[in-house]
Parts: sequence; structure tokens; C-alpha cells
Amino acid sequence: MNRDWSELTPILVESIRETLYMVSITIGVGGFLGLVFGVLLYATRKGNLLENAFVFAILNVAVNIVRPIPFIIFITAVGPLTLATIGTTIGNDAVIFAMSIMAAFVTARIVEQNLVATDPGVIEAARAMGASRLRIIVTVLIPEALAPLILGYTFLLIGIIDMSALAGYVGGGGLGNFAIVYGYQRFNWEVTFVTVIVIIGIVQLAQVLGNWLARKALHR
Amino acid sequence: MTAAISFRAATKVFGTGRDAVRAVDSVTLDIARGEIFGVIGYSGAGKSTLVRLVNALETVTSGEVIVGGQNITELREPELRKVRAGIGMIFQQFNLMSSRTVAGNVAYPLKVAGWSKQDRKRRVAELLDFVGIADKARTYPGKLSGGQKQRVGIARALATSPSILLADEATSALDPDTTQDVLTLLQRVNRELGITIVVITHEMDVVRSIAHRVAVMEQGAVIEHGAAYDVFASPRQRATQRFVATTLRDRPSPEVLERLRHRHPGRMITVSVREDVGTGVDVFAGLRTHGVDGAIVFGGITEIDERPFGSLTVELGGDDAAIEALIADLRQTTDVHDLGTAADPRDVPWSAAAEAPAPEDETTPAGVGPDGVRSGGVGLGGVSSGGDAGVTRPFGGAR
Repeated sequence: MNRDWSELTPILVESIRETLYMVSITIGVGGFLGLVFGVLLYATRKGNLLENAFVFAILNVAVNIVRPIPFIIFITAVGPLTLATIGTTIGNDAVIFAMSIMAAFVTARIVEQNLVATDPGVIEAARAMGASRLRIIVTVLIPEALAPLILGYTFLLIGIIDMSALAGYVGGGGLGNFAIVYGYQRFNWEVTFVTVIVIIGIVQLAQVLGNWLARKALHR
Repeated sequence: MTAAISFRAATKVFGTGRDAVRAVDSVTLDIARGEIFGVIGYSGAGKSTLVRLVNALETVTSGEVIVGGQNITELREPELRKVRAGIGMIFQQFNLMSSRTVAGNVAYPLKVAGWSKQDRKRRVAELLDFVGIADKARTYPGKLSGGQKQRVGIARALATSPSILLADEATSALDPDTTQDVLTLLQRVNRELGITIVVITHEMDVVRSIAHRVAVMEQGAVIEHGAAYDVFASPRQRATQRFVATTLRDRPSPEVLERLRHRHPGRMITVSVREDVGTGVDVFAGLRTHGVDGAIVFGGITEIDERPFGSLTVELGGDDAAIEALIADLRQTTDVHDLGTAADPRDVPWSAAAEAPAPEDETTPAGVGPDGVRSGGVGLGGVSSGGDAGVTRPFGGAR
């Protein structure tokens, strides 16, 4: 095994770097879009701040259509769009594009569900103070739901790490590709196990951080 | 002088077609500047919707709402925001932002109004001092008691120096002691700052202790309104009578009377105690003048709008002619109900209210006439003393 690892370690490190790169871009872009979609889903619902049946119906259907598609199929299904947008359907960037779209729709639902739990009385109080709808969304709605949102995003982060493992199928890299190419395809269980342990480590770290932040955001 | 708030045939309908509910039904009402106006009604009576018409959290389906001389019915959202900023509101569940400190909550409306950071800081300190929780500025609402939370709510509502304060069941989630503290604070807000306060409540004690004028709502309509003392001292509508009965059970119910007759077989009368008539002095002076023995066997005196209100039930003993003369004398000045003797009992006029059927479900708009006044109240000065919630408190209401 020693012979292998002197060679494999730099590749593993590069794979970790690639995974973190894909995951962080996705959570930034997809997470932000998801926040916007999620807020819109919540706010356009009947009786809420921006009540709008049309926008709500479109978003709701879009989320329901995209979310259940298995990601490996989704990568290829959005191929034409990926090609039109970033000019290629292979490699890490293509995967990031597909992941961001999927993440946006998944996040939309997570955000919406966490906002629903916000006390409508607090929103009403802010309206009674003369605050505009946009101000209420940014300065009341989101801060009030911050703790569950942080936990939601932690959950999302782990889902994105999961998605990123499929990058190898379309010529991308990262830990998933590493485990398949250097572990599975070469019958090297050790590589697979090491990859699993690295991923568990990353996920644990994310979860601990998320829990800590959520607790800080919860002033009880 | 123009009224602080005027409702002109204000109507709010939720839903359409068969599901339509007239939450507020053609309410016409003036609330004067500088008064504490109570709106009392059971849940579902439409009072919360009525108060939300004032700051346009709800908008009328028809009719008009005029606030500070400005007809807000025609205003669009940006202008309505300005109106809202000039009206404070406090809530049953306080509705504080759990993500902000006490100071942060109070500063929020000031931020909305565009105050500078320095001015906000000064104003917040001033407000927290006024409501008596200056030491809690950096605490989060989650760590406060109910009474403290409502103080923060009041400070926040007063931040931008509004001319009107709306209190939506502001004490309903508080225990009795805390309720009194908060009511006293509201009274200070009214007296020291001259702010018009509209108090929405289902608790008679709230209206009784602070409201100058009152409206009683049932099924979206105002069924009775006027000076708090007049409305509650001689309630005409059954709902009003039921509210009065919850605050002071000063008249014996038929069951109680039955027991009283057992212990006190002699002649019994119930004498009304009002601000101007029938005070205890009159009763005792009468007893002395006519040489009649008297024992107070039941009763209670409390305050409405800081004026005395209640009744005393007295067993009289002595010469029959002297008793008749005493009763005739008392009738000159106040209401006297002759309960007769154990051997020759007379019905209590107020038992009629107790035996009347319970009102229909308050949320259904059925049974309201076009003018919104329910027919079929109960006779003369009758105070319901039915056996529903509450305890008999001889003198219990006296303060």
C-alpha cells in the first residue's frame, strides 16, 4: 500500500480541492437562487406579503418537476442548457452548472418550509410599523427564520457533496471520481475506504459548524 | 374638533358567495382624540378586524375609515405605510422579533422611519425608561416574562410618537397582576402623552378599569356604545349584560337567592348603587330614619371608569309599615328590587336574562338586522347572573 499512497496522496488532495470547489460554488450560486425562489414561494402564497397565484403556481410546479429527477439523469437532461450557457457539457464547470440548478430548486423548498414556521404576528407587527414588504422580507422574515435556515443549508451542503460525487461521469473530478477511478476500477478497497472517511470528515465538520451557527442564531 | 378615528358604515367581508363572512358589518363610530376607547366582544365578534381597519392592515369592503381627518379608504400602499407609521399597535402575543434584542425591537420602527443611529439610541433609552425596563435593553425577548414583553411591545409601539395606540387583546395572555400593571401603563400613556388608545378585549375588567367610552360588538356589528359607565350601568343588549355579569356578580342568582331565603326568611331588597344614587349612605340613613333593622346579605360594589357601580341586597327587619316607608323612600333615589320574603317570595327580574337561550354561534353573521342591532334584549336593568363561568363574590369586586 505504501507504494500506492506516495502516488495517490497528491491526487487525493487535488480531489478534495475539486470537491470543495464544486460544492462551494454550488452552495453560493444555487443557495442564493434557492433563497430567492424559496422566499418567493413563501411570499406569493395566498394570504402572504406578495400574494400572487400565478408566480406561486409556476414556481411550485417547477420545484415539483425538477426536485425528484435523479441527479445523474438531470446532468444529461440539462445538457443543452449547459452547452448554451457555459459552452461545454463535460468537466467540473458543467457539473457545477447542473448542481447549481438542482440545488436552487431543492433549496427553494427547504427555505419555504422554514419560513412557513415564522410567526405571522411578527410580520403583521412590522407591517403595522409601516415597513415595506421588501424590508420586512429582508429585515424580519429571514432573520427570524435564521436558525432553521442555517440547519436547512447545512442539510443542503451535504446533499451537494452527495451530488458532486457524480461529477466523474461527465468528465469532472472530485472525491467521487477519485473513489471510482482509483478505488473501484482498480479493485483497491483501501482507496474507497479512505475516500469515505474523508467525506465523512467533511460532512461532520459541516454539520458541527451548522449546528453551532444555528445555536448562535437562536436567542433563547 | 374632529374625531381621531371615524368609521362610516365600515364593512369588511371575508370570502365570497356562500362562504362570505361579514366580519365587520356597517359600523359607524367616532373615537375622540385623547380618549381610551374600549371595544368589547366575544371572540369572532369582529373587533380584531375592526381595529385593523384603522391602520389598514385590513381594508374595508365598503364604507369609509377616517383617521386624523384623512380618509384612508382611498390611499395606496406607500401612503398607507405613512399612516401606519403614525399609529402604534400592541398585540396579545406581543409579536416581538426573537432575533433582535429588546433595544433592537424598539429601534426597529425608528429604523423604518429613517432615524439616525444616534437619535435611535437616545430615543430607545428614553422609551425603555418610560415603560420601566431600562435594564433589559440588551436582553432577547425569549428571556422576558409576559409582562416585560408587553412593555417592550408598548415601547416599540410608542417609538415614533404616534397619536393613536391600538391594543389588540394586549392583556389577554397575562396573569391578573401583570394585567393591572400593563393597564396602569396604558393609562399613563393616555394621560401623560395624550395618546388616543383603542383597546380591543373580551375581558370586561379591562374595559371597566380604563375605558372612558365603549362599544360592544357582536357578529360584526356594534350593538351598543356610549360612555363606559352608562353602557355598563344600564346595559340594554344581552351581550352587554353578560359582560357586566362577568365582572361583578353583585345580584343573587335564583339558586343563590334560594339559599339566602333559607338563612334570611325576612323581607329582602336589592338596592342599586350608582355614582349619583343609592350609595350605601342612603341605605343606612334610611334604616336609621325609619327604625328598621338591616343586614347586608349579598352584593358588591366595583368601579367602572373610576366611578362606583354595584348593588347591595339587604334583609330588613321590623315593623312592616316602616319597611314599606323605607322602600318607598329609597325608590325616590335609586332602583330597588323587592325580593319579598321567604313566605311570600317575588321573582328576581334579572333571572330572565339567565334563562334566556344562549346566543347563536358568534361567527355566523345570521340574526343581525340591517341596522346591526339584535332584537330581543332583556327587560329593565336586568343583569345576567347565570350559572356560567365565574364565581359568586359577595363584595368581591369592591376595590
